[in-house]
Amino acid sequence: MTDYNSMELMICVAARFLENGASIVVGTGAPCAAAMLAQRTAAPDLLMLFEAGGIAPELPTMPVSVGDSRTTHRALMASSMTETMSLAARGMVDYAFLGGAQIDMFGNLNSTMIGDDYNRPKVRLPGSGGACDLATNCWRTIVITPHEKRRFAAKVDFVTSPGYLTGGNSRYEAGLPKGSGPYKIITNLAVMGFENPERRMEVESLHPGVTIEQVKENTGFELLVSKKMKATKPPDATQLKILREQVDPHRYIIGR
Amino acid sequence: MKAVYEGKGALFMDPDPDAAREHFRKKNREMTGKIMSVRDAVAKFVPDGCYVAIGGFGGVRVPVAAMHEIVRQRKKGLGLSGHTATHDFQILAAGECFDRCDVAYIVGLEARGVSKNARKYMESGKVKCAEWTNAGMAWRFKAASLGIPFLIGRQSLGADSIKWSASKIIECPYTGKQFATFPALYPDVAIIHVNDADIYGNSVIKGVSIADEDLARAAKHVIITCERIVDTEEFRKDPHQVMIPYFCVDAVCEIPYGGYPGNMPFEYFSDEAHLKEWLEIEEDAAAFKKFLDDNIYNVKDFGEYLERHGGIERMKELRKLEFITDAGFEA
Repeated sequence: MTDYNSMELMICVAARFLENGASIVVGTGAPCAAAMLAQRTAAPDLLMLFEAGGIAPELPTMPVSVGDSRTTHRALMASSMTETMSLAARGMVDYAFLGGAQIDMFGNLNSTMIGDDYNRPKVRLPGSGGACDLATNCWRTIVITPHEKRRFAAKVDFVTSPGYLTGGNSRYEAGLPKGSGPYKIITNLAVMGFENPERRMEVESLHPGVTIEQVKENTGFELLVSKKMKATKPPDATQLKILREQVDPHRYIIGR
Repeated sequence: MKAVYEGKGALFMDPDPDAAREHFRKKNREMTGKIMSVRDAVAKFVPDGCYVAIGGFGGVRVPVAAMHEIVRQRKKGLGLSGHTATHDFQILAAGECFDRCDVAYIVGLEARGVSKNARKYMESGKVKCAEWTNAGMAWRFKAASLGIPFLIGRQSLGADSIKWSASKIIECPYTGKQFATFPALYPDVAIIHVNDADIYGNSVIKGVSIADEDLARAAKHVIITCERIVDTEEFRKDPHQVMIPYFCVDAVCEIPYGGYPGNMPFEYFSDEAHLKEWLEIEEDAAAFKKFLDDNIYNVKDFGEYLERHGGIERMKELRKLEFITDAGFEA
């Protein structure tokens, strides 16, 4: 049995969802670590894109901004935001990693504000940035987030990045591309998906040592549980070695 | 074509391409030298109340020297485009220079954390906002640069941002599908930091261009701040380098390290220690006021600010960090 912390677990689990030959727009932090780990394990030809314009860099280290010089280190192109965002709009981006202060049972994310009056927010958050653009136009979105009751909210205060909206077919009725939407939610407790007709969040695997009761206790809405629910495959020694020695040797992310 | 839904957010600028054409008709096409100090450029092209768009992104290639100058000249009532505005937003919020904002990304500094002071300013009710996205803002500059009143896209469909912006949802006349509109944004002035420029304003951007090619064409006036002035002959030898042509530009200001403490691709990396100092000092209002006095209000120019933060020796270190790429982001 190998020792690892919950950040390492989330990164390793996320990395396994990225297949070779796929394209992904990555942000800073854990998502970037997952994409770098995937490239160094099962998906060497993962096409990495950064929203400010970096295309196919060979990342030497974790960037601090999705536009900084690291995102074009040995890249094939230093392009523009219009270029990467239009790649997503025309269906060339398979994955995007997103986050937020709140998420609901349909995978709608809030990163704009807390409160009920847009003009006088209780807490002003940064806003969409590129998140809404990616949530609407990429094929599959993946969220890595701590599993807390206040985050997993019955209702988000603001839909910054649309998931399955009010469930069922509502995302596509709103005009969003068929076949796009939230794919996996990866937390420190479990992996969840939306593979059901209602498009509701459903527990697909429990991390080692975690019970379904624990997951439910930390969720502010009713979760579905997949009939095929299984145990999450823990990080293996190779993943951990690469993550610790190559991806994040300074422990910027995995030390959090 | 009729709108099936209309957002109720503010439209701060007129998207009519004919109004813009009248302005562009009179724009100077002569090869006129445009060198001036950043003090004069800000005094001339950033009047109180005008709408400003800032080039760069997330602390990368941001015209910090011009941001300081706007605060130092105590500009007020500006409109602002906040498309991944991080340290630039933090500076202008510290000066309370703007009272309306097209928001895509504000108050945060990405992986570095959130500006407490900028957040407080946005929660004060002093700033009227409209809510957009990064691609939405890029589309708006693109529409303006194309001389058309709007572009369409799927970004924002299903999101609450569409309620609080001036987007509309239309039915496409070809496919019958729904799309959101992104009205052309013609800022009064754009301020863009570049690597190289000549005295006429022809400009080279190394690294990612973000939305700045379109922004330079959309804005009624453009202030270029640059790391260095080069001879026009450099561009004539290899014309594909120029990303912003001289006839878009109104002022050229040579300010080496003008993007400090941000990252300037192919020049210097960000000064993470100083950015952290900014974020931390905002926790204490009195200390922050003194910090602003010491770094902006009571400083005669950007050169003096650079001297306060280690001067050329520190800049050399950041230059080294830009090229030693396995050094991480500890500076």
